[in-house]
Amino acid sequence: MTTDALVDAAPVTAPAAALRMRGARLAYGSRVLWDGLDLDIRPGEFLAVLGPNGSGKTSMLRVLLGQQPLSAGEVSIAGSPPGKANAKIGYIPQQRSIDPNLTLRGRDLVGLGLDGHRWGLGLRGRAERRLRVAAALAEVGASDYADHPVGLLSGGEQQRLRVAQALVGDPQLLLCDEPLLSLDLAHQRVVSDLIDARRRAAGTAVLFVTHEINPVLPLVDRVLYLVNGRFRIGTPDEVMTSENLSELYRTPVDVLRVRGQIVVVGAHQESHHCADTTPSPEVRP
Amino acid sequence: MSDYISTTLILLPFVGTALVAAAVLGVLAGVLGPLIVTRNMAFSVHGTSELALTGGAAALLAGINVGYGSLIGAVVAAVILGLLTRKVSEHDSVIGAVLAFGLGVGVLLLSFYEGNSANKFGLLIGQIASVDPGSLVLLVSAAVGVLVVLALIYRPLLFASVDAEVAAARGVPLRILSPVFAVLVGVATALGVQTVGSLLVLSLMITPAAAASRVTASPVVATVLSIVFAELAVLGGIVLSLVPGKPVSAFVTGISFLIYLICRLVGVLRARRIGSGRGMASAHLAPSRS
Repeated sequence: MTTDALVDAAPVTAPAAALRMRGARLAYGSRVLWDGLDLDIRPGEFLAVLGPNGSGKTSMLRVLLGQQPLSAGEVSIAGSPPGKANAKIGYIPQQRSIDPNLTLRGRDLVGLGLDGHRWGLGLRGRAERRLRVAAALAEVGASDYADHPVGLLSGGEQQRLRVAQALVGDPQLLLCDEPLLSLDLAHQRVVSDLIDARRRAAGTAVLFVTHEINPVLPLVDRVLYLVNGRFRIGTPDEVMTSENLSELYRTPVDVLRVRGQIVVVGAHQESHHCADTTPSPEVRP
Repeated sequence: MSDYISTTLILLPFVGTALVAAAVLGVLAGVLGPLIVTRNMAFSVHGTSELALTGGAAALLAGINVGYGSLIGAVVAAVILGLLTRKVSEHDSVIGAVLAFGLGVGVLLLSFYEGNSANKFGLLIGQIASVDPGSLVLLVSAAVGVLVVLALIYRPLLFASVDAEVAAARGVPLRILSPVFAVLVGVATALGVQTVGSLLVLSLMITPAAAASRVTASPVVATVLSIVFAELAVLGGIVLSLVPGKPVSAFVTGISFLIYLICRLVGVLRARRIGSGRGMASAHLAPSRS
């Protein structure tokens, strides 16, 4: 197992990486989102992907889901190329409003996470399916409203169901696309704790895309910080420093620690201006 | 009453064929309906049915079976709509443009036709009385074909319909499913055009499913209810239309709209019940609210 300077030394007998990237590059024309990216996510590891809008966070998810090919390099998910591995991936999207008239119960939403990708009616194994769905609902505390129309539930309740939907298939890799966005603090806590509990219990690797690290800061093992073609990988303490972020953003940035939270000052205004300029791919950690 | 029975007895041979055709159509419409409603495809069904009419008009003019004509028209329409629509946001405008043009062509074709004008009218309001054993074979085999394909793609299609982003993430091929489903809907619509006519196909394809979605959130229960409502409407409509001798469509749409209104009412009461139940639950959890 080759390691980055900042990656923890892995034991020789480490299980196969849930996610492995080697020399990964993604570029649209002359616009390089990231290049030379080597990344391993161990089973059970929690990796937060941070960065301003347009830095390629969402594109990374698209690559891992096989919806966007790499410009160069290799990527594998639990040993399979992207696109062949989707059944091993659990996906938690952003919370967004659901049509109140949608003919779908929480129970059905979770069931689709289990076998919605399979062809046919799936008439065999109904009893086992019911049990697994019920267990997933119970795991996230959604049993009480599992039979209500999903469109009538609150955003927090819907997001719990999304977590159950992603976990019910026992994924090896959990991809989260800003799953806490538009949730209140209490539900941010509930949802991130549910994800944390699963990765500790079942060794599910977590790749958590977010623009705000604080709600998940206690859970994060490592951070991948992307800015305009440059990136840093390491623990939050290693990456989230004034020096590192100033280099990434190419502008003076102050990283402050306030009551266990990380406050980044000076990056956000600049990031929007930088997003359209052609980044220099030669700068790497 | 004795009038009614004697009329029914006289009409029995034709009624038998018509009822079988209607029952098959009811199952088809009932099964597809909830997916059509979930995918917001009501306007698309309307557009496809008008283009089935164009195909039927072309067949009438060419002197071939109108059933094949409308089938081809509807499938071509489904494919064209699928190809022209790249984004959901432009769906309505694409259908509107294609529908208007197709209907214009249909009107032109009908104007060239010099045969029995009842045949023209039949395309619009249906001519279930004219379903002959040959048409019945086409209807049943097409319906079986649609149901088999649908059974094969049902779970991924439902997933893609309610939750496209997550479905795509789990490997559901959205790009294949949409046009396949559009073709299935096209075939079913064409069969509906034959029986209740293109103007009223919505009353079988959409209304029963829309009604069912008001009273249940379970996709399976919604499908069963939708089939029951569609059968009630189409079989009831045919039987009720026998004695007055008025168009079947008027009765079919009347029954299905009545069911829809009742279900909306039930739905309002149900939403209130769920709402109050949830309100009480949260009041129970809230601190110190006595």
